[in-house]
Amino acid sequence: MARVIGGSVVAIVVMTLFFGFLYPVAMTGFASAAFPSQAGGSLIHRDGKVIGSRLSAQSFTWPRYFHERPSGTSPAYNAAATTFLNLGPTNPALAKLVSDNAKAILKLEGPYNPGLTIHDIPVDAVVTSASGIDPDISPANAALQSHRVAAIRHLPLATVQKLIKQNTDGRWLGFFGEPGVNVLKLNLALDKLGGR
Amino acid sequence: MGHGILQIIVFVAILIAAAYPLSRYMKYIYTEDDLFRRGRLRFLGSIERGFYRIVGDRAAREQSWKTYGSTLLVFSFLFVLLLYGIQRLQGHLFLNPQHFPGVASFISLNTAASFLTNTNWQYYAGETTMSFLTQMAGLAVQNFVSAAVGMAVMIAVFRGFTRRSAGTIGNFWRDLYRSLVYVLLPIAVIGAAILISVGVPQTFHGYAQATTLQGAHQTIARGPVASQVVIKHLGTNGGGFYNSNSAVPFESPGSFGGYFELFLELLIPFASVFLFGRMIGRMRNALAIFAAMFVLFAVGVGVNYVAEQHGSSVLRNSGVNITQGHGQTGGNMADKEVRYGLAETAVFTTGTTMTSTGAVIAGHDAMTPAGGAVPLVNIFLGEIIFGGVGSGMYGIIFIIILAVFVAGLMVGRTPEYLGKKIEAREVKIAALGALFPGVLILTLTAAAMVTHAGLASIYNPGAHGFTEALYAYTSQAGNNGSAFAGYGATSFSAYMGAIDMLFGRFVPLIAALALGGSLAMKKTVPASAGTFRTDGPTFSVLLIGLILLTAGLMVFPALTLGPIVEGLMH
Repeated sequence: MARVIGGSVVAIVVMTLFFGFLYPVAMTGFASAAFPSQAGGSLIHRDGKVIGSRLSAQSFTWPRYFHERPSGTSPAYNAAATTFLNLGPTNPALAKLVSDNAKAILKLEGPYNPGLTIHDIPVDAVVTSASGIDPDISPANAALQSHRVAAIRHLPLATVQKLIKQNTDGRWLGFFGEPGVNVLKLNLALDKLGGR
Repeated sequence: MGHGILQIIVFVAILIAAAYPLSRYMKYIYTEDDLFRRGRLRFLGSIERGFYRIVGDRAAREQSWKTYGSTLLVFSFLFVLLLYGIQRLQGHLFLNPQHFPGVASFISLNTAASFLTNTNWQYYAGETTMSFLTQMAGLAVQNFVSAAVGMAVMIAVFRGFTRRSAGTIGNFWRDLYRSLVYVLLPIAVIGAAILISVGVPQTFHGYAQATTLQGAHQTIARGPVASQVVIKHLGTNGGGFYNSNSAVPFESPGSFGGYFELFLELLIPFASVFLFGRMIGRMRNALAIFAAMFVLFAVGVGVNYVAEQHGSSVLRNSGVNITQGHGQTGGNMADKEVRYGLAETAVFTTGTTMTSTGAVIAGHDAMTPAGGAVPLVNIFLGEIIFGGVGSGMYGIIFIIILAVFVAGLMVGRTPEYLGKKIEAREVKIAALGALFPGVLILTLTAAAMVTHAGLASIYNPGAHGFTEALYAYTSQAGNNGSAFAGYGATSFSAYMGAIDMLFGRFVPLIAALALGGSLAMKKTVPASAGTFRTDGPTFSVLLIGLILLTAGLMVFPALTLGPIVEGLMH
């Protein structure tokens, strides 16, 4: 028995050193040499300052910007404390959340989309994402918001639509998954057109 | 939905095409006595022999099942102490750039049991609780080791079928080492490099600070993520670096992320079925098992996909647009990510719960009653539809023994499997291994429902709240680790969970070794006209029947109280 205990202790030490230190350190070395931007969190810089990450939503409330999906984190879009909202499919709180979110969208987008009704609101715009920091909105959601953003920024709708297309991550290999519009990249591209 | 179904079919085809050759490599790794003695890779052989020398088990001598099992238990017990210690002391240790304090004792105990048993149930939020040291040198190491332990036991049980009149079933250290170094490590290194290239962070710098376009402040959690995430999937562990697990784009970026990580999860479990066929020298038998598993897998994916696309009654009644097309996936998008949509989510959710991984790319708590019942049923079936690495295969062997026994009773023949006579001892062991988790689950769920301390963990009202508790103890007993994540951590639920995970892992594991030992001792009898065939579609159907029967009869009463009531109210 003493031999087994001794052997186990040695094995645990060796395995911890190898898989716990050597392996992650080697991978980190590889990462910083080959893919420094990805390894650091795919951060986006503007004027030398970090303004966010390509892989995280952030809070957009100004009408001149496209808005993200609702978030269940606290505060919203907390990229250091991700969470699901965990409201069950029959929970009355979910019904209230959906209805509140839909009302806010009708109020915000209504003036720019004549005849807009709740039936025109894509579902991803009213329910939370799984991570709370989903960087994407559905193309349908982006199309709905495009009228507002174009009007406020005095841009032709076609220009905004073109930017949406440019900032849409398609399906992987054009086949797997679903397309999503990256909101941060899209808003950055809009700001770049001038007149921040 | 046509495109979604096509995606899933192509994905599965790629998976099988990769798993089949891998099984050939695995057979070589596990059956060669002396690997890498010569040639350019002989340094690997030297390292391996060096490992056996320092462990002191005299060059990996053959062990009886009892010695094999006791070595495994001692090794595991000592490792759990280390895991517990690192968490408690992390506040005083290095690699803690966010200055997290030591983890509370009940969370530490639950987490130590969780990672030791390949469960990766998480009563904590990774990015706000655990230091880099804990994640990297504690939890991620166990992701490798617990997976390798499962694979070792699987191989030992396989040897029960391949050996005749033998008193031994292999050597624990050797099976462990070869699983770790020759199977898991190379795939992990390649996988981590791929994950890094698509955007999974791998850094020792602290969390990034950003000033958003609207001038607000945002902290972005990062760390040595990729090296941990790759093995969390490959080893069917499932414990995320981030709280929302693989739903978080940093853990699984783009549409690519979900499929790639699911590929890693299913690779070894798929290959293990083929490996069984190769080791016993009868691939047709393995294919019969594969077919049974595959049918159950396909049904799960189908039910989840259709149910989620149909959406919940709340969403349908709200009036918002949940119809697929015109630039959206539609359906129940609550707690789901746009880049995955519903098809990728359905196949991932089914795959992660039938393989005991428990990683998630969507919130299971927010799924529709039928959609959410799929992961629950999957786990209840005992993690044997492909199942966890190693554990799935030794789990299905219990069911096979029972199936052969039942068939023998029906047709009045002496049950035998692969030339081994199945007698009272084997049937008893198999029944213990197959039924024990169900008994454990029902007992603990009952305890959680009749005590105030237990009820405190429930988050959602009504029948859904019961499902949360049932899911929690099912997931932990099955060593899955996914959750209806509203179910909260209290010291009561954490201690109950630790018991659930430890017994749910080690009772079937020891039973499996005992079965292997018992089979190895038997002679092989030649097949005769009276032998029940175990290599055709008839056997697949029988196996499906037994899987549904053993788990189903236990789970059905409990399901009626949870998802079925909720579905009826729906």
